[in-house]
Amino acid sequence: MTKFDREEGLSRRKVLECMTWVGTGVLWTVSGGVPRSLGLIDQAHAEAAKSFTFLQISDSHVGFDKPANPNALGTLEEAVGRIKAMPAKPSFMIHTGDISHLSKVSEFDNADHIISQTRLDVHYVPGEHDLLDEERKLYLERYGRRSKGAGWYSFDANGVHFIGLVNVVDLKAGGLGNLGAEQLAWLEADVKGRSASTPIVVFAHIPLWTVYPEWGWGTEDGGRALELLKRFGSVTVLNGHIHQVMQKIEGNATFHTARSTAFPQPAPGTAPSPGPMKVADDKLRSMLGIATINFVQGKERLAIIDTPLQG
Amino acid sequence: MSVRTTLRNAVIAAALGAATAPLVAVIVLSAGAQGAPAAIGIDNFTFNPQKLTVKAGTTLTWTNNDDIPHAIAAVNKQFKSKALDTGDAYSFTFTTPGTYQYFCSLHPHMTGAIVVEEATGSDGAN
Repeated sequence: MTKFDREEGLSRRKVLECMTWVGTGVLWTVSGGVPRSLGLIDQAHAEAAKSFTFLQISDSHVGFDKPANPNALGTLEEAVGRIKAMPAKPSFMIHTGDISHLSKVSEFDNADHIISQTRLDVHYVPGEHDLLDEERKLYLERYGRRSKGAGWYSFDANGVHFIGLVNVVDLKAGGLGNLGAEQLAWLEADVKGRSASTPIVVFAHIPLWTVYPEWGWGTEDGGRALELLKRFGSVTVLNGHIHQVMQKIEGNATFHTARSTAFPQPAPGTAPSPGPMKVADDKLRSMLGIATINFVQGKERLAIIDTPLQG
Repeated sequence: MSVRTTLRNAVIAAALGAATAPLVAVIVLSAGAQGAPAAIGIDNFTFNPQKLTVKAGTTLTWTNNDDIPHAIAAVNKQFKSKALDTGDAYSFTFTTPGTYQYFCSLHPHMTGAIVVEEATGSDGAN
């Protein structure tokens, strides 16, 4: 939280943003740049029902069976249960990586079996846990057929331009996440000629902004990607990797990280390492969850509603 | 350092004086001289110890004690492990003296170094 303090002082807005880090299970929406609590899930869903919505899930880590959550597949199933129960069906879903824990065929199979029950189109980007096989082909063959390079691509939906980036390959010693020159050149060409009024949603596994370099939570050349998107009026950056909700608004860009469906990780600097955080069994589900992203035409910002598996 | 050197010389003297094979003595020496085993643990996203000096010919073993997989990769690409799940180990034998920088290819902020010294020769004088 010291980062927030240093940057802008503790305005009420910042206090609210920082509170979302704690993952207490309160629902928030960011609309017009001002976060506000929605309190009730039903209320949040009613709001979402009025416009174009999509979902984000992240860090399923199927195959993980350590004390922080011995049944990661089970909590993914619970998350999918919540998605199936939503009164208004979202247009599609994005998954911001770490589908599997160890890139095993059986883990991908199990994840697909559960996620397909949402009956939603899913747009994936890989996490570092999805590219552990020697030839690094299991992920790409399954999820990246339409993608370029290590798995990046873009698509359009409801007037919004979506860009899926990969920042988990060819990492350099001592460094952070990495996009690389080839991907940045592709991104530049991809957005060239698009109207500055086109809303942009960028999603990638590791946060594109520097959250906490001591734990590797950031992307070395993320700033170059954001530079290429600077002229756009609305840029929303959705990430995973850090297994907790964090958000930041900077100029026209809104940054947001989603909870994991598998296990929580500590807030920056509050533990010896970013490893899985064991919490009391009855608290676990309040620290896992999904995010609903609501796009209202004509509004500057997308409303992001984080829903824990258990409030 | 001087205490260690003295100790090392004592070990060499003992080894030379012994009737057992000198090769065994050299292995004991390389571990004992640094006060650390020829093993590196991975704990809390850290290589432990982060810097280790060994004699040429030493086989080093990394063991992952974290709940998250890690992978060993040399900066100069001379060695590279598969992803190590909890409890998995990876070994590499260092035959050529030099300094080897390495990192975790999944979490590149995790870095370490291995310094490989000549196995024989002017050991005692260093």
